[in-house]
Amino acid sequence: MIAFVVRRLLQSIVVMLVVALLAFSMFRYIGDPINQMVGVETSSEQREELRERLGLNDPMLVQFGRFVADAVQFDFGVSYQQKKPVSELFADRLPATLELAFLSAVFALACGIPMGVYTALRREAWLSKVFLTVSLIGISLPTFLIGILMIFVFSVWLGWLPSFGRGATVDLGFWTTGLLTVSGWKAAIMPSITLGLFQMTLIMRLVRSEMLEVLRTDYIKFARARGLNDRAVHFGHALKNTLVPVITITGLQLGSIIAFAIITETVFQWPGMGLLFLQAIQNVDIPIMAAYLILIAFFFVLINLIVDMLYYAVDPRLRVDRATSSGH
Amino acid sequence: MSADRPTTDPIHRPGLAGALARGLDSDIFHSFKQSKVTMLAGAVTAIFFLAALFAPWIAPHDPYDLASISLMDSFLPPVWMEGGDARFPLGTDDQGRGILSTIIYGARASLVVGFAAVLLAAAIGVTLGLIAGYLGGTVDAVIMRVAEVQLSFPAILIALLIDGVARGVLGGDAEGNLAFAVIIVSIGLSFWVQYARTVRGSCLVEKNKEYVQAARVIGVHPALIVVRHVLPNVLGPVLVIATISLALAIITEATLSFLGVGVPPTQPSLGTMIRVGNDFLFSGEWWITMFPGAALAILVLAVNLLGDWLRDALNPKLR
Repeated sequence: MIAFVVRRLLQSIVVMLVVALLAFSMFRYIGDPINQMVGVETSSEQREELRERLGLNDPMLVQFGRFVADAVQFDFGVSYQQKKPVSELFADRLPATLELAFLSAVFALACGIPMGVYTALRREAWLSKVFLTVSLIGISLPTFLIGILMIFVFSVWLGWLPSFGRGATVDLGFWTTGLLTVSGWKAAIMPSITLGLFQMTLIMRLVRSEMLEVLRTDYIKFARARGLNDRAVHFGHALKNTLVPVITITGLQLGSIIAFAIITETVFQWPGMGLLFLQAIQNVDIPIMAAYLILIAFFFVLINLIVDMLYYAVDPRLRVDRATSSGH
Repeated sequence: MSADRPTTDPIHRPGLAGALARGLDSDIFHSFKQSKVTMLAGAVTAIFFLAALFAPWIAPHDPYDLASISLMDSFLPPVWMEGGDARFPLGTDDQGRGILSTIIYGARASLVVGFAAVLLAAAIGVTLGLIAGYLGGTVDAVIMRVAEVQLSFPAILIALLIDGVARGVLGGDAEGNLAFAVIIVSIGLSFWVQYARTVRGSCLVEKNKEYVQAARVIGVHPALIVVRHVLPNVLGPVLVIATISLALAIITEATLSFLGVGVPPTQPSLGTMIRVGNDFLFSGEWWITMFPGAALAILVLAVNLLGDWLRDALNPKLR
């Protein structure tokens, strides 16, 4: 177990270093950092002096080491465009994105699991067919189109919900939350449904296929033979065994929710990290791009690591497999 | 049946390459005829392809010919609404371009980008997959390791990053054909992993089969073995992935264009049109964004259905 954990940790560190190298080369080779920092009237001596002072003449390896050391403390310097420390910008935006991601994950689970169970238990019911058809359409519709459709129906047409922003937020000092105000909740409804819809269809299909598989197993037949009623068989035995893969997939999907938030945040002008990143891409604001890349990579690596460990802990069959192959 | 041709054509090509694939061919055609949904999806896809291919002849007018558009015609509603104009069946946008014509030209841009990206991804993925599968060892480990790392990030994020880096390198305002190349490369590079993994898997199986060993024994050059003997036998799954990832590539292109980092505004795709129309949603001109949106959704749904069917048809286990 310890050997597995250590190797898995080492792998994660290697991945993070590769990502850091990518981010570092973005800093170093895309445009000249000095040009971004000084005006046109700076003389070449002053530029050279600044270059020396910032350590840009040091060997690459030293520079990369310094970059990694700064990155560990989440110090990515100052945004070219907004002239503020990158860490400050991210601290402002992080709560919005995490709240959005959390709400959409809750939505996806709260709707996806019951729908999956229903479609598995009542395969022929018309409602099941509706669910499955809708989920196929949901997969085919790009996220941004769903967002626009919802804005059109609920904001433009019916006028029920706001189409942009986060509503009123409450500042808790270290965290700004929109979940304590009515307008905050109203503003969060459409973005979180838009973001969660794809995951919801995914969870629904997963629960359905797992459930169908579990219902065919011997212990379900045995449970029925023992004379347990449908309710106990379906929810006590079948559903419980369905949930392990669902939890893993949800965990892995959490990373993509945060990444896909870029699109949702753009559609609804939600002031999160994704919007910040997108503006950075349009303005070629390298410090923000590098910081976002590293932050997202960190989230993904962390989630993958946790899921892998959980797998290992939950399913003894995997221990042999995973120890021989390198795992992923 | 003219509707069949575009959808079965991709299958015919490798089918000509080997007797095995040719045998599959008839089955595929049979299962195609059995499913009404698939035939409908095939017909819809065919219509989109033909419209995109013959856009200059089909479209009522050329939306990018400045001489033929007039600001006097801007914001006209669809023809069935009050104030509609028979020249513009689906209305016009803010610059007086007919929505129908723009959709036809936009679908063209979307399909070109989608196809090129899928081809690029398949070329990279198949090559790396064959190399990894056939050579094994360190090469295999390195390629698959990279693939695994890339697979743990969503493709759209990787495409965005490549696009952002390319913008930085090229100076931020890449125009015209260069922007097209950037978006094709960024989508292509973000989709190669699936091909590589699948091809590597099939290659591992194929390389131990007798025909490969026979070729090796008589001294055929390894590169020739891979290209002539292994490649034709691993192409089946590649086709399925290609169809499904065509839908994904179209979505990704539309998303990138919607986010404002995709194809240049001089050659709008469906995504760019939706982005432009989005600004006019609140002033009531819903048709500028809704019709391109519907076109995109229908195209992607049709391609997805074809992909689903192809996957089932090529999978002998499901028969």
